[in-house]
Amino acid sequence: MDLVQLQRQLVDYRTSLYHEGFLDEQFTQLQELQDENNPDFVVEVVSLYFEDSERLLNELSKALEQQIIDFKRIDAHVHQFKGSSSSIGAQRVQRLCIVFRNYCEAQNVEGCLKCLQQVKHEYSIVKTKLESMFQLERQILNAGGSVPV
Amino acid sequence: MKSKAKHYSRIKCQQWGSPVYYISFLLFKTKFHPVSGILLEMAVNGAVTWLRRAGEMDGYGLSASDTEEVHVLAVDDSQVDRKVIERLLKITSCKVTAVDSGRRALQFLGLDDEKEASNGFDGLKVDLIITDYCMPGMTGYELLKKVKESSVFREIPVVIMSSENVITRIDRCLEEGAEDFIVKPVKLSDVKRIIDCMMTDLREGGGGRRGINKRKLRDDGEDRSSSSPPSTLSSSSSSTAPCSPTTVDSPTRRLKMTSFEEHVFSNKK
Repeated sequence: MDLVQLQRQLVDYRTSLYHEGFLDEQFTQLQELQDENNPDFVVEVVSLYFEDSERLLNELSKALEQQIIDFKRIDAHVHQFKGSSSSIGAQRVQRLCIVFRNYCEAQNVEGCLKCLQQVKHEYSIVKTKLESMFQLERQILNAGGSVPV
Repeated sequence: MKSKAKHYSRIKCQQWGSPVYYISFLLFKTKFHPVSGILLEMAVNGAVTWLRRAGEMDGYGLSASDTEEVHVLAVDDSQVDRKVIERLLKITSCKVTAVDSGRRALQFLGLDDEKEASNGFDGLKVDLIITDYCMPGMTGYELLKKVKESSVFREIPVVIMSSENVITRIDRCLEEGAEDFIVKPVKLSDVKRIIDCMMTDLREGGGGRRGINKRKLRDDGEDRSSSSPPSTLSSSSSSTAPCSPTTVDSPTRRLKMTSFEEHVFSNKK
């Protein structure tokens, strides 16, 4: 695939992520903070997000396996997850976290378990999509081109 | 993008003197001129210095740090948010120290536990504290209180960030002396506005702000009359989270109050 095609593919892919609600305007904000002096800013932030998310999802799984469920603790984790998702523009994950918190408040174990599964699922999708996008960007850079804004 | 720059400049024009107007306009333009980016940063730093010196020449003792840049202490338990706020502040030409808790923030200030800071802390002087509200251990609100209770540090403006756009929370923070309240996710326009306002205050108020009790109350009328409607202050007017009609139009509010008004309102309570 030549450079122009790669660039077009990236733009289309990115557009679809917004269109399908995976990403929102906050992701655009992050991209605008990137420049030639900080060319890896978005990748770095998103990597931190992946790190955080994996830790939080682990904690959530463990917390929901306990004999006695600590809803406050679960809510605190979900709140954090919601926050970081919002900060990078991971819209679908963020919205699911809101639903999740409602179940926590209602102390609904079934609801929480269901939400956890959904959140894990959505997170893995957006992670895959972002990684694909970054890979496209790398291919463009390696081909000597610049990443379209 | 171009309309964004013009829009931003138009708003800022009402608050700033002309040199800074040009800088803000250029800040947007140079996103598309990477080569001049570095030169611009120098120019912005120069402008910031110019503003400080201008203030000093008026005879007001500025509370700004001894170094050229505005030094911001950013407090957030989320590493994602710390990274973002750090970048936002650096783009706005601030020096940043980012810590992950209220306790560490107090330690950095030299205000831990019962010990008050000694005056020999000038080298690490903080010009602004920007803190998350919801943090384990010490909340942003508790940090705000500690700072405002300190005779040494209470003059430092404190800005609260929160993902929750709750009126009672906002009011509580503002009443405790917070300078402003930003609803997360934080955008560049939010940070720019905070820093701009701070620089304006330093230029206008200067030493006059020392010793004045910074308790603030909402005064929507004054806000509207001195600038465009609050929702246009940030570059994207749709930045508020879905909220009930009773919450304020703008996620951030900046308030000024004379001591007379303070007297009137505190009696009304």
